[in-house]
Amino acid sequence: MSESDRDDGVSRRRVLECMTWAGTGVLWTISGGVPHALGIMGEAQAQQAAQQTKSLTFLQLSDSHVGFDKPANPNALGTLEEAVAKVNALPQKPAFAIHTGDISHLSLESQFDDADRVISQTRLDVHYVPGEHDFLDPDQKFYRERYGRGSKGAGWYSFDANGVHFVGLVNVVDLKAGGLGNLGNDQLEWLQDDVKHLSASTPIVLFAHIPLWTVYPDWGWGTQDGAQALSYLKRFGSVTVLNGHIHQVMQKVEGNVTFHTARSTAFPQPAPDTAPSPGPMKVPDDQLRTMLGITDVTFKQNEQRLAIIDSPLKT
Amino acid sequence: MTLSSTARSACLAAALGAVSTLGLAAAALPGFAQSAPAAGAVSIDNFTFTPQTLTVRAGTTVTWTNKDDIPHGIAATGNGFTRSKALDTDDSYSFTFTTPGTYKYFCYIHPHMVGTIVVEAATGSNATP
Ligand SMILES: [Cu+2]
Repeated sequence: MSESDRDDGVSRRRVLECMTWAGTGVLWTISGGVPHALGIMGEAQAQQAAQQTKSLTFLQLSDSHVGFDKPANPNALGTLEEAVAKVNALPQKPAFAIHTGDISHLSLESQFDDADRVISQTRLDVHYVPGEHDFLDPDQKFYRERYGRGSKGAGWYSFDANGVHFVGLVNVVDLKAGGLGNLGNDQLEWLQDDVKHLSASTPIVLFAHIPLWTVYPDWGWGTQDGAQALSYLKRFGSVTVLNGHIHQVMQKVEGNVTFHTARSTAFPQPAPDTAPSPGPMKVPDDQLRTMLGITDVTFKQNEQRLAIIDSPLKT
Repeated sequence: MTLSSTARSACLAAALGAVSTLGLAAAALPGFAQSAPAAGAVSIDNFTFTPQTLTVRAGTTVTWTNKDDIPHGIAATGNGFTRSKALDTDDSYSFTFTTPGTYKYFCYIHPHMVGTIVVEAATGSNATP
């Protein structure tokens, strides 16, 4: 299947193809821009594969929505606790975590407090980017006070780990009527400058809440100036884009860029075009935990490979 | 999440019907419109404002009510009216429109959600805001 000619978003057929990947745990690697799916595997097998790599492994948490208590999941804090227990049981402790936003449901201080208390039990450094649910307090200040130290603008920043350059972006503020996620000119200029000095062989990981690629514009699942951001990364051999917001696993490869969205720890959302709206999806109780989960990502030094493993809370 | 696409289409059709009926009533029966209670309602359901376009007389208080399991927020596209706080499930926000004009607005949390309030001049001396 050719991937390189698909630069026009996601067709309906493509979406369905994507969804077939949302299995128990998918391990796949990128080498020279060509994806090699290693197949859908069980969790134990996936973890074994991760253990065999001797390099940087980090964790992605997303969409905790602490405070959410509607029928789709009456106890989002409880499932976050389960996710943390799962992290703490990983055979290989991740080097750190990223959280791709919607930490809280309504930006209440008590919700941020609860999230921090539970997530801190991983004993991992957590690099956050905000979701739109983290800027709902009247002064839009709680997120920045808690998680924005050392960041620019509404909370964007970069850091390096094991030779990989990580960039956390904010695409949930100053949203425009009728539009999608928004990075804005200040952030785009900063990004262009931030990666300018890097060699083309530096692996890049971009993370942000709303997908930087257009998943489904009818539901606002995309970033209007995301393509502009990606244009600054064309010369890099390995670019990985990690997002949340859509509460389901989707993957796409376009040239040297791998796009991936993580599950929520709070509630699932429907696949595009399968429901009247993207709102929380109520599933039978015994299925909920198969649709929530965590992601861990392993970068193998020297091989320019990134392996992404999604693990549901329950298989 | 419980509405089928068919049901939703029916909802939209009903909403469109309501808008045109309102327009007709206002045009044909100005006296009646004048004495009607100055209130308008927009419901937020399935990430959609219903009706999408609401036409009211100047002086009308419009109330948005969130029926979704997800918060929404109302903001004028320009500076037409005061922005709401985030509306959790069953929360409402009201604003009284005193100046005729077309007010486009959107959800500042989910900006693909858009709607319009059309405020028509109030006629008669008792309708001055
Ligand atoms: Cu909204």
